Amino acid sequence: MASLLGRFCRKLVVPGSAHGSRMISTTACDSEAVKSLNLYSAINQALHIALETDPRSYVFGEDVGFGGVFRCTTGLAERFGKNRVFNTPLCEQGIVGFGIGLAAMGNRAVVEIQFADYIYPAFDQIVNEAAKFRYRSGNQFNCGGLTIRAPYGAVGHGGHYHSQSPEAFFCHVPGIKVVIPRSPREAKGLLLSSIRDPNPVVFFEPKWLYRQAVEEVPEHDYMIPLSQAEVIREGNDITLVGWGAQLTVMEQACLDAEKEGISCELIDLKTLLPWDKETVEASVKKTGRLLISHEAPVTGGFGAEISATILERCFLKLEAPVSRVCGLDTPFPLVFEPFYMPTKNKASSSSSLSSPLKKKHYLIMGLHVWCRYWMQSSPLLITSHSICFFR
Amino acid sequence: MALSRLSSRSTTLLQPLATTSLLRRRHISTDTTPITVETSLPFTSHLISPPSRAVETSSQELLSFFRDMALMRRMEIAADSLYKAKLIRGFCHLYDGQEAVAIGMEAAITKRDAIITSYRDHCTFLGRGGGLFEAFSELMGRTTGCSKGKGGSMHFYKKDASFYGGHGIVGAQVPLGCGLAFAQKYSKEEAVTFTLYGDGAANQGQLFEALNIAALWDLPAVLVCENNHYGMGTAEWRSAKSPAYFKRGDYVPGLKVDGMDALAVKQACKFAKEHALKNGPIILEMDTYRYHGHSMSDPGSTYRTRDEISGVRQVRDPIDRVRKLIIAHDIATEKELKDMEKEVRKEVDAAVAQAKESPIPEPSELFSNIYVKGFGAEVNFISPLETTLSFGADRKELRATLP
Repeated sequence: MASLLGRFCRKLVVPGSAHGSRMISTTACDSEAVKSLNLYSAINQALHIALETDPRSYVFGEDVGFGGVFRCTTGLAERFGKNRVFNTPLCEQGIVGFGIGLAAMGNRAVVEIQFADYIYPAFDQIVNEAAKFRYRSGNQFNCGGLTIRAPYGAVGHGGHYHSQSPEAFFCHVPGIKVVIPRSPREAKGLLLSSIRDPNPVVFFEPKWLYRQAVEEVPEHDYMIPLSQAEVIREGNDITLVGWGAQLTVMEQACLDAEKEGISCELIDLKTLLPWDKETVEASVKKTGRLLISHEAPVTGGFGAEISATILERCFLKLEAPVSRVCGLDTPFPLVFEPFYMPTKNKASSSSSLSSPLKKKHYLIMGLHVWCRYWMQSSPLLITSHSICFFR
Repeated sequence: MALSRLSSRSTTLLQPLATTSLLRRRHISTDTTPITVETSLPFTSHLISPPSRAVETSSQELLSFFRDMALMRRMEIAADSLYKAKLIRGFCHLYDGQEAVAIGMEAAITKRDAIITSYRDHCTFLGRGGGLFEAFSELMGRTTGCSKGKGGSMHFYKKDASFYGGHGIVGAQVPLGCGLAFAQKYSKEEAVTFTLYGDGAANQGQLFEALNIAALWDLPAVLVCENNHYGMGTAEWRSAKSPAYFKRGDYVPGLKVDGMDALAVKQACKFAKEHALKNGPIILEMDTYRYHGHSMSDPGSTYRTRDEISGVRQVRDPIDRVRKLIIAHDIATEKELKDMEKEVRKEVDAAVAQAKESPIPEPSELFSNIYVKGFGAEVNFISPLETTLSFGADRKELRATLP
């Protein structure tokens, strides 16, 4: 019995204040070994730990056997065997359906979809089967052991089918969870939490950060709680909410705004469904302004949900309309990617940040300058506890 | 101009058109006397009697095969260098090694028959009559490209030649192809649709759904599996329980063809077209091979040995096969063929140079052709930083203003 429970809640996490502090498992100690890892290595480590700690967990998907196209699954097949880490044929619907079945038998199935753009054949399985299994069987059956991992987001040259951000489609489905990490350390903890969470989770990994983001990642087994947003930068004038790779862009906008004397509070949502409304609400009640930024197109993007909820909760405290700096309402373009992307300049010049009350003006760099910046820059992301370098 | 007559077993040398003083003219034979060639391998069939191994061709056809395949080969190699020079960005999937499939198919059908294929579409586009300049422009994302620079490598289209592209999502084009076939049957066009997919896509569920529909309604659809034995990095034996893709149709007849032999492909496609027009769908499995990796980010040697690649190149290369045929039938000399290849190279280089000079699309093109103009979904484009950010039911304009 205890092992059954143990399988699903291995580590207890003490909830604490969400402001300014990193939520780490209580069994972590500061003297634990840390290693400088990039995102795909952190995820790889998380998968190693997940397979190690639960003998009934499996990793499968297209090309995972040799390490995967992004190397997230290197070494797993060699270490745990072809019976637990195996390749599937090219059939997303089949892969996810198969994972649901495996999870329904009490196993932990970690499914990889090679690019989030290819997740749509599996959409039916996720929405109609995975999300509703527990509900419709009156809790007799569930596929809580299912975790679907997919690289998402722009990468500079991905075009229509290697750059999409489909998180909004999944946030509309009660019954699953949607988790998006922003950095290697977060990714490892969030992935372990997602795998061990007794609900099916869709885990989107920002592919742009696979190699670019490097951070000190603790080597031990730790989990970061789901549905808890983190304030990664405290401020008083405006709240910025984002997730995944977009946070690095927003961090830049915050630094720029800082120079103009605007103090920005930056929140990483981490879990989009169910999302931490309290943290964002508390922050907006303090600052009075909200700016949401994501790569997905603005209409119907998850920013709309955040905006509507905050409006309901903080109407009287808002000093300006909620601003959304998002991708444009077009298919993800090929040559036009720099125009499509919500860059820091778009964030800086949005109505919330340039409200007449503040009378701030921003120098907007010429297109060619920020284009070059976008392609070649190496910005620093400073979180409250660690430094994350982008090579 | 003196044209020597060539009989099928004649050993007389073709008098080249060098008798003319037009030094720039290609020495292509316009002789259409039929030559019969046997395909190197017999056809294997499923639920149907295979066509004969004896293929009728002519010197003109063989020379055009050679020239067009050499053009395709050169184009792909030029695309390879352009990609490495970062003039082509994004993804680039090369077709060299598989040219015989595109060429043989074209020889058997008309421009009214539709072709729809996957992302490995550069040569299919060329086969359908697409120009080198349009192809290179599209690869480099210029306005002069066939999809106006908005599609890229994976999305080449040519409406007037019934070429329906160019699809990035694996297997998604198969149900589309069956839909095209339905439309052709409904309009009594006496045309068929060739739907191409790969061995990786052969395991997609939507393929079987489309197959069932096509068979149920007797659609003139020819499903062509271009089996190059590797789905990206996965060999067919690792991903398919039954790698006999021509038999996968179960109740749908199938034919296995040596995809490196342009004449075999031509024969099979001709046979398939006749069958599809009368009896409904048929599956063709083209046993072919790609020399490059899956795409330009794939070296192509981590999942197969270099010996295997060079082995296929030496023994089964489609262009060499046609070259040998041409020389064996004394249609042209080795030197003339080499000259032809040099000419092709110049043509490709000229097209590349011209494409490099072409303009990139206007920024306002980002918003064009999402919807049809005039139906309420207008987007006001002012500049890349200042534009209407959304068009929703409330028609509210959100504009990012610059101070």
